[in-house]
Amino acid sequence: MKKERYTISVFTEDIVGMLNRVTIIFTRRKINIDSIAASESEIANIHRYTLVISEAEDMVKKVVLQLEKQVEVVKAVYHKDSEVVYQEIALYKVPTEVLLSGGEAEKIVRAHHARVLSVEPAFTVIEKTGHKEETQALFNQLEPYGMLEFVRSGRVAITKPMKTLKSIVEELEKVQY
Amino acid sequence: MDTIEVKDTMPKQGLMTGSQAVVQSIIAEGVNLMFGYPGGAIMPVYDALYDVEQELTHVLARHEQGAVHAAQGYARATGKVGVCIATSGPGATNLITGIADAQIDSTPLVCITGQVASHLLGTDAFQETDVVGISMPVTKWNFQVTRAEEIPMAIAKAFYIARSGKPGPVLVDITKDAQFEEVDFNYVPFTGMRSYRPKPKLDLDSVKAAANLINSAKRPFILFGQGIILSKAEKEFKSFIEKTGIPSAWTILGLSALESDHYLNVGMLGMHGNYAPNKLTNECDVLIAIGMRFDDRITGDLSRYAKQAKVVHIEIDPSEVSKNVHANIPVIADAKEALLELSKIVDEKTHPDWLQKFRDLEMEEYELVIGNELYPSTEKLTMGEVINEINIQSDHNNIIVTDVGQHQMMSCRYFKFQQTKSMITSGGLGTMGFCLPAAIGAKMGQPNKQVIAVIGDGGFQMTLQELGTMFQYGVDVKIVVLNNEFLGMVRQWQEMFFEKRYASTTMVNPDFQRIVSGYGIATKKVVKREELADAIKEMLNHKGAYFLEAIVGKENNVFPMVPTGASVSEIRLK
Ligand SMILES: Cc1ncc(C[n+]2csc(CCOP(=O)(O)OP(=O)(O)O)c2C)c(N)n1
Ligand SMILES: [Mg+2]
Repeated sequence: MKKERYTISVFTEDIVGMLNRVTIIFTRRKINIDSIAASESEIANIHRYTLVISEAEDMVKKVVLQLEKQVEVVKAVYHKDSEVVYQEIALYKVPTEVLLSGGEAEKIVRAHHARVLSVEPAFTVIEKTGHKEETQALFNQLEPYGMLEFVRSGRVAITKPMKTLKSIVEELEKVQY
Repeated sequence: MDTIEVKDTMPKQGLMTGSQAVVQSIIAEGVNLMFGYPGGAIMPVYDALYDVEQELTHVLARHEQGAVHAAQGYARATGKVGVCIATSGPGATNLITGIADAQIDSTPLVCITGQVASHLLGTDAFQETDVVGISMPVTKWNFQVTRAEEIPMAIAKAFYIARSGKPGPVLVDITKDAQFEEVDFNYVPFTGMRSYRPKPKLDLDSVKAAANLINSAKRPFILFGQGIILSKAEKEFKSFIEKTGIPSAWTILGLSALESDHYLNVGMLGMHGNYAPNKLTNECDVLIAIGMRFDDRITGDLSRYAKQAKVVHIEIDPSEVSKNVHANIPVIADAKEALLELSKIVDEKTHPDWLQKFRDLEMEEYELVIGNELYPSTEKLTMGEVINEINIQSDHNNIIVTDVGQHQMMSCRYFKFQQTKSMITSGGLGTMGFCLPAAIGAKMGQPNKQVIAVIGDGGFQMTLQELGTMFQYGVDVKIVVLNNEFLGMVRQWQEMFFEKRYASTTMVNPDFQRIVSGYGIATKKVVKREELADAIKEMLNHKGAYFLEAIVGKENNVFPMVPTGASVSEIRLK
């Protein structure tokens, strides 16, 4: 089966060690995690992890079931890029002088609709949000001018087709044992 | 849901130390026997155990691995949760093999470890190990307690998670300061959490779809595993197969879920399983898997496994369905619930011609393998004939526990089972050293059963320190060491696949008789065929522990065999 990019969203109880429990499922199968982001969800005490991996769907399915098997995982789902609205943020630190001259570098920043966050005598920090391809494109263009530092966040994604987390949690809470 | 047995001795309430709360929580869960080994970080709990010896017996093992395997043996013999306890650092790491074994074989265990004081966590303090981190991949759940007030809830949750759904091991790590701290104790059993729903709701549509497929099948075949035992579905399973007349084969963890000599029991699956069930896996038209997980030792080459068949998979754990073998009809359910519903709507049938095929192949296996193993013409004893003699002489109110290797496969193949839970073996992990301590735990859990531990000369030496535990507590286990002076199973592979290059598999063994006698245990060694029956008689009639060493052929092999990478239909008889 063909490898494709998938976004896996894991909703968990908010406890110490959860990130470890989530990642070992991937480590066991020697799956590289391209990016990971952790945050709260819309429901108190439920955290969400957003992971991006490149794998065959068959494998992704198995991994998601093994994630969901973890006692403190409330729900785990996976989506193709077309099924999520997603974004990443990248920060670029470049020498201020290359922007001052009003030359190419400034045009590049404008053309990419990037924002200047902070200007110091020695360096300037630029921010761009977008898909990886977009933040990477800006990186590639700015790099020749001297890249002092670069960082990109993990993907955060909102799923298009999913039931609301609230309804899932409500269903789970209704089940009696 | 599993019910919690209420004991006559109610747990105490009110102000107490964290360590007393640990002990009272365990008592509240109906536990009266646990295994362990003390040390600095768990001493307060041991001190609390001292006061409750009447209600809660603690069995001192000789190594933490012994303690955890004993807890496993206890759990598998009784169906209850096994409990073991150890100190931090090396005590905790010594538990890991048993925990991993319990995880892969779905054995309910609660392991409690002491931990350094909370202010020292993460500092490489004396005997500090991150046991929560280490055990995370091999536990169903684990938790670190740093405050006494967390103890009752953590232990209640631990028992609930260990025994519910697909059972498994859990670990609760308790810092020493939490053991000393005071807590107002009031035990409330745990009843559930939103993120963990252990029993899937039975989907009747999937049951109907399964029934339709089964009803239309010409050559249906059932594979059953430990799920039958874990869901206590032995009776329901038997009625189901008797109604549908479907030939049924067990996995090694499914052993004893049905009588060996049931007319529909066609034997064992897997690498060293029987000829017929392996071969005919690739001839059935509908494969019905119940409470099993298609381990690679069962399937051989997946790309040539039952490709002609439609597959029904009845399984409680959704992550096991279509993991290795695609299920056309998944029934995600507790085996008992599913079988009850399924039995109502399947047609009453027999499949005499199809069943006969199994019997015909069984004859072939008998002629080429079984006959020679049970009634050998060789000078040296075979493992099979020792086992067969035990079969003949025992009243079957027994539990067989095995170690790992050739003797294990021989035990799985040749022991006859009549009662459920009468076979305990390390299946998924294949842990040498499992047997002796597991047999001790099994005997302590089922004191009225004859417990027979069948061990190789290699594996015996991995945990023979537990003879000390047997001695101290007077545990009546009958030990049978099948001594081939080899790490036999590895030697067999070297013979077959490494041109007989016996790298580090010969064993120069000590005088086992003298070692075991040192522990005050009666011993005997048999070499000659003529002595075998009497020796086994003496062992079975002996009051108390007994050690029988049988010197068997050194280079005998276990057959049939599905070589690694081969298809089940390529199973070899020699
Ligand atoms: C802890 C552990 N180490 C290594 C192995 C690999 N192994 C599997 S069977 C076997 C040989 C067992 O020898 P013995 O106990 O004498 O039993 P036999 O096969 O001779 O009956 C070995 C080394 C294992 N299963 N477990
Ligand atoms: Mg041996």
